[in-house]
Amino acid sequence: MSSNPVGWSREEMAGRVALDIPDGSYVNLGIGIPELIARYVPEGREFIYHTENGLLGMGPSPEEGGGEPELINAGKKRVTALPGAAYFHHADSFVMIRGGHLDLCVLGALQVAANGDLANWSVGGPDAIPAVGGAMDLVAGVKAIYVVTQHVTKKGDPKLVEACSFPLTGRGIVNRVYTDLAVIDVTEEGFRLVELAPGVEEAEVREKTGAPLLPRLDPQPQAQPSR
Amino acid sequence: MIDKQVASCAEAVADVFDGATVMIGGFGEAGSPIELIHALIDQGAKDLTVVNNNTGSGEVGLAALIKAERVSLMICSYPRTTNSTVFPELYRSGKTRLELVPQGTLAERIRAGGAGIPGFYTPTSVGTPLAEGKEHREFEGREYVLERGLRADFAFIKGRAADRYGNVVFNKTARNFAPIMATAGKRTFVQVAEVVEAGALDPEAIVTPGIFVQGVVHVPEPAHESELVARGVSYP
Repeated sequence: MSSNPVGWSREEMAGRVALDIPDGSYVNLGIGIPELIARYVPEGREFIYHTENGLLGMGPSPEEGGGEPELINAGKKRVTALPGAAYFHHADSFVMIRGGHLDLCVLGALQVAANGDLANWSVGGPDAIPAVGGAMDLVAGVKAIYVVTQHVTKKGDPKLVEACSFPLTGRGIVNRVYTDLAVIDVTEEGFRLVELAPGVEEAEVREKTGAPLLPRLDPQPQAQPSR
Repeated sequence: MIDKQVASCAEAVADVFDGATVMIGGFGEAGSPIELIHALIDQGAKDLTVVNNNTGSGEVGLAALIKAERVSLMICSYPRTTNSTVFPELYRSGKTRLELVPQGTLAERIRAGGAGIPGFYTPTSVGTPLAEGKEHREFEGREYVLERGLRADFAFIKGRAADRYGNVVFNKTARNFAPIMATAGKRTFVQVAEVVEAGALDPEAIVTPGIFVQGVVHVPEPAHESELVARGVSYP
């Protein structure tokens, strides 16, 4: 049972993203909800997780109080390395990212614009300490960029917007957004609804989205292809 | 006979001069050469430009160097970390300036510097505030920004083991920036937990060949930043 009767919980959002990741994918997961995706790998599939500080084949967190200080993830938390893992230095790690070798990156967001712009590193305040990490490299180089985020901010403001007001992480790079209310594609024409979370009405998603939302393309009846 | 061993961390940092550019290995605490950094604090060089991914935590290692007001410019990708309290204060007061660089651009700038490449084009940061004021150029319909290679007067890194030739192997994700910094430092010093006989390291498995290393310091039981921070240690 979810504590939230309408829409997806954080865990359910993570589980929903995992359903869309093909078997054999090399994946980089951002901090926050994206980290949870590793718990929901669908039966029969294997994903290889990359962490930009130099590990392919990252496994789950060690038991509380376990692990070692020199085996950590990009969020600087202790992790494990699975059999078949590989360590490498930072330039090689970002060759994987910037050279287009990773299949998918799932990130959190402050804002996503209808043209695929992403803002996720700074609110741009005068007293804020700016910190970017590897986000700009990931969005510039990874083959597909998915965003997983609450549909609106804690104050209720839309996070899917016409144009980002916060400083950009990258231009036109988001392919798909998973929120607590819906799955939405970023298309040439703007946001397009793909799927509603259980109990959520399309009107509510439209109302909480700060840009036009194209209706779902009804699935066409599939004729069995003849071979 | 070639023997790159130096007797102490103090000897390794002895020549660092005021205004030097210093690369310091590590991603968070993993790979942070704490003993070399503490020796650098004792040595007293100031007005340093320091290249590291972060700004340290607590009041030990890199954070202690910043707290001692020896760093006038930090070149890093992520100065905000749990327990990173020293840098924000000095940044806001203007005593330490910040050059914020995307992590992959930082790595590639160091790699390029070590490879004798003065600049390169990358799509990372195009369209963001971090590309403002930089030369842009289009290749095959996509926009790129010019970034400069980075070199340093000194690089201080941490390895697991080395031999007298300066061949180094690392430990897990503590490797991170160390191998590329070794190439970009005019003088690179590595602290290692173990010094082994030449030939003991498998030549197929050596990560940093000795040509990139000028000094090896034996630090048998290196401290870990998180353990020092948990104990409330403040250096000096």
